[in-house]
Amino acid sequence: MSAHEETQHAYDDHHHDHDDLGIHATFGGYMTGFVLAVVLTIIPFWVVIGHVFDKSSTAAVVILGLAAVQIVVHMIYFLHMNTKSEGGWNMLALVFTIVLVVITLSGSIWIMYHLNNNMMPLMDPSNLP
Amino acid sequence: MSDMTTSMTPGGGPTEALRFHESRDYHPANGTLLGFWVYLMSDCLIFACLFAAYGVLGREYAGGPTGPEVLELPTVALNTSLLLLSSITYGFAVLEMQRDRQKPMMLWLVITGLLGAGFLTIELREFAHLIAEGNGPQRSAFLSSFFTLVGTHGLHVTCGILWLIVLMVQVAKKGLITANKRRLMCLSMFWHFLDVVWVGVFSFVYLMGVLP
Repeated sequence: MSAHEETQHAYDDHHHDHDDLGIHATFGGYMTGFVLAVVLTIIPFWVVIGHVFDKSSTAAVVILGLAAVQIVVHMIYFLHMNTKSEGGWNMLALVFTIVLVVITLSGSIWIMYHLNNNMMPLMDPSNLP
Repeated sequence: MSDMTTSMTPGGGPTEALRFHESRDYHPANGTLLGFWVYLMSDCLIFACLFAAYGVLGREYAGGPTGPEVLELPTVALNTSLLLLSSITYGFAVLEMQRDRQKPMMLWLVITGLLGAGFLTIELREFAHLIAEGNGPQRSAFLSSFFTLVGTHGLHVTCGILWLIVLMVQVAKKGLITANKRRLMCLSMFWHFLDVVWVGVFSFVYLMGVLP
């Protein structure tokens, strides 16, 4: 196996000028990512199906937290994200997108929640003039 | 860059003419992958908007069925495992591609495609079941945003499978040439990106949707 990899590396170096796609995936990397992803998938399903937490809000926080961790795991082990690929432009685009996503999500939910709260009294007929 | 500075040095020989252009292109070899990554990020924003819409409308049932009534966790667990498995099988295909072994790579691609097709079949059956019960997207704001978000993801998976088939034809015809390897890496990013979005879908829509 290792001998094969060495010959493979020699081959890669030889063709470095036109065959290099900048990504060197490894079996260990994929398997680490896969095992972590499976664990991080099973835990939230278990939390919901097994009614582990009495309060829904606690369960929701746990689910969202595990989802965030799992997304990071997918980014690192499956999408091969790091700060050096493409001279850092990959990471810059990702950070910019995360900023926009956070603004979109939190902004929408925050504003609409307050809008709902402020509109609610009108729904009650006794509050109507 | 170094060519230019040496030719600009005052102490240079008289035969060395001044050059104001670079003799070589210094573009990164894999600009396509960066471009594709930027596309994925823009796709990410589409999903962010749909997630925000679901976050706002997800509890507006309009007297219709609620989340726990229509969302079936066993189905979602099966779908999640299919998509996660298809992610790792695509990873194996990439590993075989790096070793220039075309046949095992194609085998892993076929398995990936089948897992993706299985995911899609289960999702479409879930949709058909909901619509048949009168719980289509027109029933309530909750179901509208649910169908839009999950349906858009399903549409992406459909495109991914079509792309996978086209790519397998290309590899079968031309072999593992550099262009095909680049395409395989682009589809790899697309496929893993869909799995990332699905993590958001099953957590935010399904698991949080069935919480009391």
